[in-house]
Amino acid sequence: MSYLDKAALKIVGTRPIRPDGVDKVIGRASFGADYTMPGMLWAKVKRSPHAHARILKIDTSKAEKVPGVRAIVTAVDFPDIPSEEAFIGEGPMNFRDLSRNCMARDKVLYDGHAVAAVAATSNAAAEEAVDLIEVEYEVLPHVIEVEAAMAPDAPVLHDDMFTQGVEPKPTKPSNVAKKITFTKGDTAKGFAEAEVVIERKYSTKPVHQAYIEPHACVVAVAPDGQTTIWSSSQGQFMVRAYCAKLLGVDMANVRATPAEIGGGFGGKTLVYLEPVAMALSKKTGRPVKLVMSREEVFRGTGPAAGGTIEVKIGAKKSGRIVAAELVLKFQAGAFAGSPVGPGCMCAFAPYDLDNVFITGYDVVSNRPKVAAYRAPGAPNSSFGVESCLDELARELGIDPLALREMNAARDGTKTPYGPTLTNVGYMQTLEAAKNHPNLQIPLGPNQGRGVASGFWFNIGGESSASVHVNEDGTVAVVEGNPDIGGSRASMAMMAAEVLGIPYEKVRPVVGDTASIGFTFLTGGSRVTFATGMAVTQAAEKVVEQLKSRAAAIWDISAEAVEWKDGKAFPAGANAGSFEPLSLADIAMKSGRTGGPITAEVSINAQGAGPGFATHVCDVEVDRETGYVKILRYTAVQDVGRAIHPSYVEGQIQGGVTQGVGWALNEEYIYDKNGCLENAGFLDYRIPVASDMPMIDAVMVEVPNPRHPFGARGVGEVPIVPPMAAVANAIADAVGARMRDLPMSPPKLRAELDEQDPPRMAAE
Amino acid sequence: MPRVNYEAPTSVDDAVKILAGASGLAKVLSGGTDLLVQLRSGRLKPDLIVDTKRIPGLIGIREEGGFFVIGAATPGVMLSGNAKLEHAWPGVVEGADLIGSTQIQGRCSLAGNLCNASPAADSVPAVIAARATVVIAGPSGRREVPAESIPTGPGRTSLGKGEFIIEFKIPKPKPHQCDSYLRFIPRTEMDIAVVGCGTNVTLDANGVCIDARVVLGAIAPTIVVVEAAAKALIGHKLDEPTLAALDAAAQAACKPINDKRGTIEYRTKVAGVLARRTAAIAFERAAAR
Amino acid sequence: MSKHHVTTTINGEPTEYLCEAQQSMLDVLRDELGLTGSKEGCSSGDCGACTVICDGDIVCSCLMLGVEAEGRSITTIEGVAQGDKLHPVQQKFLEHAALQCGFCTPGFIVAAKALLDQNPNPTEEEARYWLAGNLCRCTGYDKILRAVMDAAEVMRAEAAQ
Repeated sequence: MSYLDKAALKIVGTRPIRPDGVDKVIGRASFGADYTMPGMLWAKVKRSPHAHARILKIDTSKAEKVPGVRAIVTAVDFPDIPSEEAFIGEGPMNFRDLSRNCMARDKVLYDGHAVAAVAATSNAAAEEAVDLIEVEYEVLPHVIEVEAAMAPDAPVLHDDMFTQGVEPKPTKPSNVAKKITFTKGDTAKGFAEAEVVIERKYSTKPVHQAYIEPHACVVAVAPDGQTTIWSSSQGQFMVRAYCAKLLGVDMANVRATPAEIGGGFGGKTLVYLEPVAMALSKKTGRPVKLVMSREEVFRGTGPAAGGTIEVKIGAKKSGRIVAAELVLKFQAGAFAGSPVGPGCMCAFAPYDLDNVFITGYDVVSNRPKVAAYRAPGAPNSSFGVESCLDELARELGIDPLALREMNAARDGTKTPYGPTLTNVGYMQTLEAAKNHPNLQIPLGPNQGRGVASGFWFNIGGESSASVHVNEDGTVAVVEGNPDIGGSRASMAMMAAEVLGIPYEKVRPVVGDTASIGFTFLTGGSRVTFATGMAVTQAAEKVVEQLKSRAAAIWDISAEAVEWKDGKAFPAGANAGSFEPLSLADIAMKSGRTGGPITAEVSINAQGAGPGFATHVCDVEVDRETGYVKILRYTAVQDVGRAIHPSYVEGQIQGGVTQGVGWALNEEYIYDKNGCLENAGFLDYRIPVASDMPMIDAVMVEVPNPRHPFGARGVGEVPIVPPMAAVANAIADAVGARMRDLPMSPPKLRAELDEQDPPRMAAE
Repeated sequence: MPRVNYEAPTSVDDAVKILAGASGLAKVLSGGTDLLVQLRSGRLKPDLIVDTKRIPGLIGIREEGGFFVIGAATPGVMLSGNAKLEHAWPGVVEGADLIGSTQIQGRCSLAGNLCNASPAADSVPAVIAARATVVIAGPSGRREVPAESIPTGPGRTSLGKGEFIIEFKIPKPKPHQCDSYLRFIPRTEMDIAVVGCGTNVTLDANGVCIDARVVLGAIAPTIVVVEAAAKALIGHKLDEPTLAALDAAAQAACKPINDKRGTIEYRTKVAGVLARRTAAIAFERAAAR
Repeated sequence: MSKHHVTTTINGEPTEYLCEAQQSMLDVLRDELGLTGSKEGCSSGDCGACTVICDGDIVCSCLMLGVEAEGRSITTIEGVAQGDKLHPVQQKFLEHAALQCGFCTPGFIVAAKALLDQNPNPTEEEARYWLAGNLCRCTGYDKILRAVMDAAEVMRAEAAQ
């Protein structure tokens, strides 16, 4: 069935209160660190103080003597698993790398790399013991930045890293894990026809997802190996799979329950603590609680990649782009696997280009292994491309929105990375931006306006959902996705819409790995799309069962029953004149009509519609200090169909704010020893409430026909345009083109001074 | 956090005895907004914490003999809630008010801010510009010294063993005397000052400056009282040449470092900017008082 | 090391507990008293997820020792609702969808309640600056501010009756 007609919808598209909301506003909801188990031990991790070093010896003897210490683990307590690609989480991953990231073996590769862990009867005892673990290191030269890591004489992190994608195959190891390319048409020919060519280099720094909740878990391994994991994660099936693999146990013996999660944004699509807690629990025979401090989160968990973006665009004077090239060099951190692939694929996706050539490099260096962060790779490459388009627009004297309209991708456009676009709303976002009142607001001195667009593919993937009819006619929906942004509400709304019963009668539950079929993690903007599809299909199956039960009660054929507004009706006068049966009526009689009414659906959802956005940002610059104030922000996005508009707006506003932080102040600062200097929220500067204005989230709806309600993923696109939107606004305000993020005040002031040397003070 | 002992004396003498007699490292606890952070991070490993908040007089603001007397452990919210103090010394209050968040304001104290001896402390430049003194209690009795003599370097003070500050004394302003404090931070809140400037001016009936004190923070190992900046203001109205001279004097007084919050070049330039801006505000306020 | 015996008032209830000197008020609330609504986000007073009200002022409970609560009155998120009646701030957070993951929410609600107790008619800017010590990474603050301003309006109307 299809529910694409918005006017016919009663619940989807409204704004009910989320079912888990009261628990969260009264402090009752249970997050990762809120859980306890009887007999629980407290654990702490020992971390490397060096950016790059060989581990010569780990002496735990003094630590073991601390009263209360029950076990200490190091790499010897983990199987030494071979290199193997994993397809469990978001982004590329190798099981061996993940294991070594959770617990260093032979070498430490970044300041903060875990080398040991202690479980004790109190936090204080665990901390004391960690301080007493003595590790002997052979400190090695380190390298932090991408281009330095690519240099021929750079310290090499992995002796077995030979760049893939390069012919002939290299004989010497390096820090370049792989090189990839994407080609469409013939850029040499295209540039030859260009009337103007702009070539620029941009850079971004790694930024952390900065979820407010640090990683936390409680793991209990029984003597027979039955393992229970309670953790803050974006996917309990991912947690189970990684833990089973890393500790060498059967998945059936691991039951992973997702706690409420205090933010993830991709940073919790892998594990750091659970395998360690599992090893400690196995060794002690007791449940183990392991929680990261904020400092550990910054030193030990994956940020988004940073790197360089070289853009070359050739165009006619009219603004029509005839060729585009891009070279990306992305940091993967200590192990291979930066999102350089998606970065390459998304950069030019909003545009209909005939000739494109893209090269990407995945480069390791001595910093924490990167993890996914909201549209991984795309914000970086789009910062370069969208800034370059702005520079092109200025060069040609063309309005930046008009330049984009002229080159916009539409239905039928073949993307540079292969697929052809259908049912896309990019033009609509440009139109809506163009006509938005924001553009009419006059700008004062040192104020400027910037626009930028963005794209993210969104994924579908495997989801399971079950819908059970309770004996009183209320309904339970069980699904497998941790609720990061209000998805439970959307699941209940879609089920209620299909069943035709009030939203309050449908109770959604996020099941653990033993209670629901396999479900891929919460990420890739997939939950409303894929899990929503599974929930809808399960609800439809329940409707079929309800109809056949009504038919049994009326003793007519099931084809003669229709379902409307939560009730079974005879379909037409010929079927007979029976009073309608409500869901509750049928539920009450279910035992006598065939048993429990329930349906479970497992799918691999295809047809996730991509997302496009166009943003407008107004800034004011204080020339003397380089301080940038965000005056106004309008974010237009094609959301397909907003199941719960408030939570869609929330995704847009949240992504925008993260992008603003990425643009202006967020970065990792390393000292000369490769140690992190700003491992806390004081000096890792995310936007605070007084930094932001209200954010106008404008939802354009071009429904995705592949989803029963027309939904497309919305969570990731919003972070793609802001950095360029802010940079373009600064350029508009004071004529300073900032190409290296973050555009922090000292850098902007320095750029302005170069343009216009300051007045000399009077003697 | 590592294990520690805790005492909460209820008199100045008891506190002095405990501090003077401590065998290991003893630290005074006022608001705890620096101390507890440092305990948590392992930067400080005291054996004993001495909480001064139960000592009568350590929390509160009173007027006495031409001074505002502020208990050393008085939290920021009480300072910004005191209308008389705010009218008399708005710069002192705005400096204190800028320390951290509203939550930090519920606890942080002038004494803690001064004795933590960060060169970037927000309350310190204006307090020193206002020519505040501090009253110290110790094994040899009480002594009163200018506030600027306390911080001797980052994290170091001139206090001896067994000594702690019991109150701040800020002289009531003269007619046409007022102050201002500004800091530069990259966001709108929650950052440590990249540069801070407290400016205190006294004007005559014609708006000409007859006394001034300009104090810069975060541009040297301790705060800097910029004599040359005061000289640039005294005898003048705040015209363009005066502003330029002030700017230059402020820049010349800077000996900053490059760190995660700012570069040498940037801090120096912004010191000049803040000197000019605080002077403009202080002049305007002074003229109105 | 012997523990300290503390007598205090939490959410209006006389409360006693034992704690070690170095345990923060947040540790005590979460680990000794089972009040896990206040959250640990940073332990350095920079995120506000641990916000409680102490004698009328909001403080970061991670920067207060458990022993310091002696004789004081503490309000946590668990004390904001009155039985099953939500505080207007809580109700408006739900209506405005001012929470996504919900982790920062207890801190924000306590801080916002304190704001409106002291200033029933804040401007948006005043509210933003008051709440600057509460970090949120999910919402971009927009709906949080709308919820707080709406709650303020509701509370002013109720007070006027």
